[in-house]
Amino acid sequence: MTTPTQSSSSGGGAPGLRYPSNKKTIYDRNLNRSKNAELSRAAFAYLFVEMISYAQKNVRNLVDLEKRLNEQGHPLGLRLLDLLLSRTSNPLSSIRPTRILPLLQFIAQTLWRHLFGRPADALERSESDAGQYMLYDNEPLVNQYISLPREMSQLNCAAFVAGIVEGVCDGAGFATESVTAHSVGEQQAEGGGTGGGGGMWPGKTVFLIQFKPEVLEREEILGRGGG
Amino acid sequence: MLVVFALFIISKAGGLIYNREFHTGLSKLSSNDYLMLAGSFHGMHAITKQLCPAPPTPNVQPASAAGLAPSPFSSRPTGIEVLESSHFRAQCFQTLTGTKFLLFTEPQQPNIDSIMRKIYDLYADFVMKNPFYTVEMPIRCEKFDRGLDGFVKVRS
Repeated sequence: MTTPTQSSSSGGGAPGLRYPSNKKTIYDRNLNRSKNAELSRAAFAYLFVEMISYAQKNVRNLVDLEKRLNEQGHPLGLRLLDLLLSRTSNPLSSIRPTRILPLLQFIAQTLWRHLFGRPADALERSESDAGQYMLYDNEPLVNQYISLPREMSQLNCAAFVAGIVEGVCDGAGFATESVTAHSVGEQQAEGGGTGGGGGMWPGKTVFLIQFKPEVLEREEILGRGGG
Repeated sequence: MLVVFALFIISKAGGLIYNREFHTGLSKLSSNDYLMLAGSFHGMHAITKQLCPAPPTPNVQPASAAGLAPSPFSSRPTGIEVLESSHFRAQCFQTLTGTKFLLFTEPQQPNIDSIMRKIYDLYADFVMKNPFYTVEMPIRCEKFDRGLDGFVKVRS
């Protein structure tokens, strides 16, 4: 007779959401409680190992794998946008960005500081394509311990971070065609180097952010109205 | 001055999963020889473990140790740790999970323990935290190689 009572109490009523014994869920906590909290890097590394193994199950090719990592990051980005905006001390700046540049600044500064403890290393606009922006990270934290096997050298596990960036853009109402992560270490070493980072930063990664045409259209209209 | 000749990593099962030479002018061995060397050392290590005449009895006082889980590691004899000859010294370090690090150095080389510790650190970081490494398999991790190079070559 003990078994059924035990199982019903541990189930805690509604399936899916479990209540701790003091009835305080994660939603009852103050949002600023973990504002300055830091996470063990090793703990994250092991978690990320498992996330990649999970994403690798039944995966057909590297593009698929990157897509899955991207999908794992996307919901994080959606939530981080709201969280970080609600935490800003200046109430005026807690309005979500409505123009492309403030949005990218927000990503490169606020989001990067929150996730990695430092701002992103560079932000550039593509010369050939007006809707494409490049965000550089010289040494992505997620790749710190990862050595790619030779047959997977095209993969960049920072696709997870690209997913977070995509989530932030989507959440702010800036639809993107794609946000992808690419390693640029070797290319720059061969081509003489625009940033000269090839040798010094072997793990240098660029996040290509491609906005949809309607976003650019709106940006243009807003630009005319403002100026 | 640091003179490290070579590093072997031997898996729990006795297979050679990593071997690296840091010094030029060592006599060349075929890959088969390396595997045999690692296998022989593994066997020798297992035998020396059994040689301990009277295995130390865990003398724990039930009162003080009641709250602690019994450690499976502390009372176990370790097996061969150092092998010294006129030309080299082989230091063995076994992790709690049974992986062995075998480091060949000059006989007079001081503080091998700290070198070993640093190599273990590098292994824990760049091998065990690498999602594309399968445990007990040969180690092919670029960052581990680079870390070893940086550590051994900078100090020699």
